[in-house]
Amino acid sequence: MLFEDGNFGLFRDGFLRTVELSAASAVLALLLGTLLAAFRVSPVPVLRSFATVWVGVFRNTPLTLLFFAVTFGLPRVDVHLSAFVGAVLALGCYTASFVCEVVRSGINTVPVGQAEAARSLGMTFGQTLVQIVLPQAGRAVLGPMSSIFIALPRNSAIAGAFNVAELYSVQQTLSERGYAIFVLFFWVALAYLCISAAVGLAFRRLEHRPAVAR
Amino acid sequence: MTETADSGPKALVELTGVNKHFGALHVLQDINLTISQGEVVVVIGPSGSGKSTLCRTINRLETIDAGRITIDGEPLPAEGRELARLRAEVGMVFQSFNLFAHKTVLENVVLAQVKVRRTDRAAAEAKAHALLDRVGVAAQADKFPAQLSGGQQQRVAIARALAMDPKVLLFDEPTSALDPEMITEVLDVMRGLAAEGMTMVVVTHEMGFARSAANRVLFMADGRIVEENTPEAFFTNPRSDRAKDFLSKILRH
Repeated sequence: MLFEDGNFGLFRDGFLRTVELSAASAVLALLLGTLLAAFRVSPVPVLRSFATVWVGVFRNTPLTLLFFAVTFGLPRVDVHLSAFVGAVLALGCYTASFVCEVVRSGINTVPVGQAEAARSLGMTFGQTLVQIVLPQAGRAVLGPMSSIFIALPRNSAIAGAFNVAELYSVQQTLSERGYAIFVLFFWVALAYLCISAAVGLAFRRLEHRPAVAR
Repeated sequence: MTETADSGPKALVELTGVNKHFGALHVLQDINLTISQGEVVVVIGPSGSGKSTLCRTINRLETIDAGRITIDGEPLPAEGRELARLRAEVGMVFQSFNLFAHKTVLENVVLAQVKVRRTDRAAAEAKAHALLDRVGVAAQADKFPAQLSGGQQQRVAIARALAMDPKVLLFDEPTSALDPEMITEVLDVMRGLAAEGMTMVVVTHEMGFARSAANRVLFMADGRIVEENTPEAFFTNPRSDRAKDFLSKILRH
């Protein structure tokens, strides 16, 4: 089935689109999530509130609703994005709220004395965070972070319903052409499994990097 | 306020009417304290008396509820860049060392020089090597903190604080987490600093150090400075009952 009628090209394009979408969303989520975590522990009350509200909104809203908001809400306020960029935005902002909480709990694993020592040497809040706290939070964060980034490609399937021709939507297209649904699901599932396994493997390698004893 | 004799050494750290609460606990009560340049002040007292808190207010690791703290004439600024700049002038050595666990010993001493003082790396490394040599841990420069003994770690922490050329050094129970045999090596470094004229505030239980290195002993209890005297006078003839009681308990063994 996969190798007939040029289906493989369609399937491959969908697969690559899913990888692209996941990678772009992951980068956005990682940067935004870390920034939000920094906000949440910052001494500035406005920033703390902003990040708290962000997490509250984006973590508690169903992802499908966020896609609706991006696809139908943003054009209302004259923001016109391509379906792909919109999907990256929805997925990235959603995932960032989870990343934020993981990074924040990672920050909390670093003994408070580390930040106190940095501050007592005259380092600013930003320097303390970037130079001292985040590098040490990194290891504690890897486990839960891998769960987030394994969930991300699978969440990206929702984009298929919003005009992004990714892997899951390929299944819809092909099933409309009358191919056996179970065979289709097998190949699609296998493709997602490959992506998840690759992400999981990457994180495991990171975890096995030589540790710094505390 | 009374005019103090300005002919003597200048006041480096001044606390005026400092008060602080931890919830219902009034941990610092009306603290007035002036520390002159080159002075070594040792703060002793029972645990919970507020001596560590007092030490930590001087670089604003603890905020205060009322009162005024000045360093070299400048009032402590609120959180922000100004405070960071002032903190660079006030070195701190912690009970639990707090060396940066993910950085080598050398990098621990280099980092703030480069990031805060904007010293170029080569000069910062040269200075770090010199300081590590001075505190006797030059051979450990490329190791990570966890590979060092407690005494070595604390000496690195002293080198790290010294690298900023601070005007005053705060020691918050620097030997309390150390095995007995390592206490001496840290105290020796501190005695050396005191002899060279470094202004120091030392919260400690080491009465031997207080006797031999302090210019002045502060005895704190229940958030107040109960007694203030030269070490000789304090240890041989404490005035307050609280101090007599404290000394009788700790000097017995």
